[in-house]
Amino acid sequence: MPKSLEITVQATRRSKLLGSVLTHAILIIGGIVFIVPFMWMILTSFKSLSESMLVPPVIFPAILHWSNYASALTTLPFVQFYENTVLMTIGRTVGQLVFCSLAAYAFARIEFPGRNLLFLLTLSVLMIPSYVFLLPQYMIMKNLGWLNSVQALIVPGLFSSFGTFLLRQYFMSLPLELDEAAKIDGANHLQIYWHVILPLVKPALIALAIFTILWSWNDLMWPLVVNSSSDKMTLSVGLATLQGEYFTNFPVLMAGAVLATWPMLLMFICLQRYFVEGIALTGSKG
Amino acid sequence: MDIAEKRKLTASSQKKSGKLRGIARKDLFWGYLMIAPLMLGLLIFYIWPVFQTFYFSFTSWGPFGNYQWTGLVNYQHLLSDPTLGQALRNTFIFTVLSVAGSMVVSLFVATLLNRKIRGLVVYRTIYFLPTVTMPAAIAIVWQWLYNGDYGLINYFLSLFSLHGPRWLTDPNIALYSITLIAIWGSIGNNMILFLAGLQSIPSVYYEAASLDGAGPAHKFFRVTLPLLSPTIFFVTVTSLISAFQVFDLIYLLFGTSDVVINSTQTVVYLFYKSAFVDNDKGYAAGIAMFLFVIILIVTIIQLQLQKRWVHYA
Repeated sequence: MPKSLEITVQATRRSKLLGSVLTHAILIIGGIVFIVPFMWMILTSFKSLSESMLVPPVIFPAILHWSNYASALTTLPFVQFYENTVLMTIGRTVGQLVFCSLAAYAFARIEFPGRNLLFLLTLSVLMIPSYVFLLPQYMIMKNLGWLNSVQALIVPGLFSSFGTFLLRQYFMSLPLELDEAAKIDGANHLQIYWHVILPLVKPALIALAIFTILWSWNDLMWPLVVNSSSDKMTLSVGLATLQGEYFTNFPVLMAGAVLATWPMLLMFICLQRYFVEGIALTGSKG
Repeated sequence: MDIAEKRKLTASSQKKSGKLRGIARKDLFWGYLMIAPLMLGLLIFYIWPVFQTFYFSFTSWGPFGNYQWTGLVNYQHLLSDPTLGQALRNTFIFTVLSVAGSMVVSLFVATLLNRKIRGLVVYRTIYFLPTVTMPAAIAIVWQWLYNGDYGLINYFLSLFSLHGPRWLTDPNIALYSITLIAIWGSIGNNMILFLAGLQSIPSVYYEAASLDGAGPAHKFFRVTLPLLSPTIFFVTVTSLISAFQVFDLIYLLFGTSDVVINSTQTVVYLFYKSAFVDNDKGYAAGIAMFLFVIILIVTIIQLQLQKRWVHYA
């Protein structure tokens, strides 16, 4: 190899190495900014009150003060919060998967008069900010006598124009020959939907399920507005209430925060591929 | 063609169209049956409520949930209400800073991650953690980090002999402190959208630019940005709409404080307070319609502007 070329190759290699070291350095510093709040939440949740207020701060607690968790769990009915949050999350998710996928199938694969108009109507809901619906939704719950109930948490969240739109875009991408073949075999639309289409759109269904689970679990305003009695609260509202009762006792508050967030964090770490694909799906199809 | 043959043809075409009509009728039946549950739900809980909120905005509410038509009173109040003016100002500052900050940082991180580096999954997981975390928990954790006396951030600053401010209790900076939290919380989501956009740019464009002797900066501004413009547009529109509606952080961090709330309350917080704390639901409906119109105008302006800078391949 001629000497000049060898030098250029070495130089490029060196600049590439430097670039990659720099990239990792920046990403690691950024990573610290992202992970420290979570580490600090977990570490503080095991400290005693006086330990948490030391200056300079100690990083690790001398012993693990599980009593903070006991305080959080006994001050407020946390077990009840879990139950309400889980019921709300499951109810909304199952509802959306059923209602949105049925409608998305019809919008994507059946031709009927009025279809485009009704789809446009569904889309227009997507454009409207959620607080515009809130007052009348609250009035409906109140008139039904459903304030402070699990069904109040679930019901308006059963229907989603976003979910319908997401699934319809995905359903459209499947070839129509699939339906034709099934029709020749004498299948009706419900059978085609169930046996032919649904098995092929699992990634989109998983994406919708993840979005709905995440949104329900972390939702604040709706549960805050409809359910004010503590036995019908969700974790999100419960945590805000805990904040009001213990506002200087940060170890107990951190214990509450850990109790409320671990299921979603665990789900994300286990299923992160689906989270990432789901978000990318909204970006490309939206 | 003799008559018999003609007859045969008409008969068969009639038979065909009859069959078609049967299919069309079946399609009509199944189509409406399958959209019925969703449409009914949307009508009751989403579409009709928009008209109801609009109607409520012309009413005044008594203490027992009775209301009466009062015309434009709420809108007159809206336009002269200094609290709403302040809330609008807060919302605009928060929206502009948080969306711009989050987009710049997440685009930067996404370009770094797009280099096929090692540990991509680990970085992605860590940066995404805030996105899956409950806002109530985020608020509590940051309240502790921002604490003026015992907080980790002011301790860290003191290592460099800097005296950190009272992040959340000083009315002059509280709004900026929550803007930082919002940026921190939204980077993960935007980064993934940008990364997906970057990965869909074919590498031939970069190879061609290299052959022409383009440097990294030139490549970024002349190749990456134009080809990424549909993603940038999507992220801008959705981020602005959600930032305009910020509520959770304000409620959780300042809902109980009378001092700081004036300099931090946003329009949706004011909506919540009017509707469910002050029980002035007519005025709340007015606020809702007012912000809806603002969001609509901002979105329409963006849709118009996008024709000038968004390139669809």
